[in-house]
Amino acid sequence: MNSVIKGASYVLAHTPDMVLYNGTTQTTERIVNPESEYLKEVPKHLRSYEDVVAYWPNQTYIGNAHPDQLAEIEFPYFDKKMEGAERYGKYGEIMPEEEFLLLVQACDMFEVVRLEKAFVAAHKDAFAADPVITEDIVALLHEGVEIDEIEALIKDDHAEPLYFEDKLVGCVKPAHDIDVNLSSHVMHENLMSKASSVLALLYGVKNAGIEKSDVEYVIDCAEEACGDMNQRGGGNFAKAAAEIAGLSNATGSDARGFCAAPTHALIEAAALVKSGAYKCVAVTAGGCTAKLGMNGKDHVKKELPILEDCLGGFCVIIAENDGVNPEIDLNMLGRHTVGTGSAPQNVIGSLVADPLDRAGMKITDIDKFSPEMQNPDITKPAGAGDVPLANYKMIAALAVKRGELDRKELAAFTKDHGLTGWAPTQGHIPSGVPFVGFAREDILEGKIKNAMIIGKGSLFLGRMTNLFDGVSFVIHGNTAAEEEAASGVSEEEVKGLIAKAMKDFAATLMAE
Amino acid sequence: MAILEGKKAIIIGDRDGIPGPAIAECVKTAGAEVIFSSTECFV
Repeated sequence: MNSVIKGASYVLAHTPDMVLYNGTTQTTERIVNPESEYLKEVPKHLRSYEDVVAYWPNQTYIGNAHPDQLAEIEFPYFDKKMEGAERYGKYGEIMPEEEFLLLVQACDMFEVVRLEKAFVAAHKDAFAADPVITEDIVALLHEGVEIDEIEALIKDDHAEPLYFEDKLVGCVKPAHDIDVNLSSHVMHENLMSKASSVLALLYGVKNAGIEKSDVEYVIDCAEEACGDMNQRGGGNFAKAAAEIAGLSNATGSDARGFCAAPTHALIEAAALVKSGAYKCVAVTAGGCTAKLGMNGKDHVKKELPILEDCLGGFCVIIAENDGVNPEIDLNMLGRHTVGTGSAPQNVIGSLVADPLDRAGMKITDIDKFSPEMQNPDITKPAGAGDVPLANYKMIAALAVKRGELDRKELAAFTKDHGLTGWAPTQGHIPSGVPFVGFAREDILEGKIKNAMIIGKGSLFLGRMTNLFDGVSFVIHGNTAAEEEAASGVSEEEVKGLIAKAMKDFAATLMAE
Repeated sequence: MAILEGKKAIIIGDRDGIPGPAIAECVKTAGAEVIFSSTECFV
């Protein structure tokens, strides 16, 4: 039987100071044009934590609003606030920067993170009050050091500074004197990814209603690489995060494939569980500091706030078929192969039409498609357009070409079978997976019968190949009962067999 | 398409739109010489 989606989590960490100091748009500008007007403008365009919490797409990401509700909000979203918005949501939370820095320190196993003593003391209680932060994690916090020590590490040891409200509160030291793979910059980037993945894992387990000990395998599908000069991408973020999250029965590994990695990882997890190799697999990813403020120049130019100010994370728990939860159907996998080519028609054909053809289904048989779910509030002002809508138009055009949709219904298709994007532009985070949690619930509630998750990856960015990549899968309602019925043993027969066994047992007792 | 005949072309494709190699194939059939082709990811 197919594996099921037991639960999902979605988390954000608000990191405005890292926009200025760690986002590559800003760090590049600092190198090529250190006196630039843009860099001076950035701090004026950073949002407060309250504004980030009240932002409709963020509330949608953590599950306090359904994408259908977001679609009813007049575009653009940045100038509107959701009433009653909260830090905590059905799927996770929006963690403030000060608490996130404490989580990062708790995730550091090699004493490279140094936080100021007063900063730790001021925020430790709030950190410990988070419902998913356990005593074990709080116990990993150091009391901190004096600011003089932090300043000296930055000045003399190439440590990467950590700021809160533009004030120095800590640093990340290099983990090696010479090895660039363990430089303070790389350590910073990797620890932020690890910490946001830990937060996602903690919510993933909670939301799935399982014990931490139930998780047997973790797959990390973020876009960072950890290792040293002898194995630059050696890994293993998955096991490192599982350790902090307290998943003591789990091992794991990292899956990489640019933005397509989460969809690859979910297919792999579903296959691992279906094969019987593991009973319960967590697919997780943390966020990417490099992408903070990626489109900041356009946002500043257009007098908008810098909207890429949060790290994203997610976790999906895949488990054995429980007869209730929606399934990942491994008989309907789409894949962009080496030979597919890069023409849009070929790409959508391989990811959407081919798997449906194999199952004898039409494009219009899928209730909802979840391709790249980037928030258009971020991408449209930057000239990248509405990415989800562009994908829906291509899917609809293919349906028209195949004679499955009337040309006049093209616009309605993008609305009826599509979703309005809400995910932060964190690379792998918006790629297909943001809808998995909603799809699970919508299928359980009978709102939709199925959904297709599509992950796409820009492999050419690694300069190893010019190829594009993508994979897809379909989630549908649980079919365990139908499969049992089809297997030839009916419920009545089972009841009869049990009754006979009990009768025989009673007879044995009486004979004794 | 004669406007591209004998011209040199620099192509910047979009990963969520039309990628570089697809544009390059079209441009070549229209008689242009592709001197640079790349696909960019804006998200």
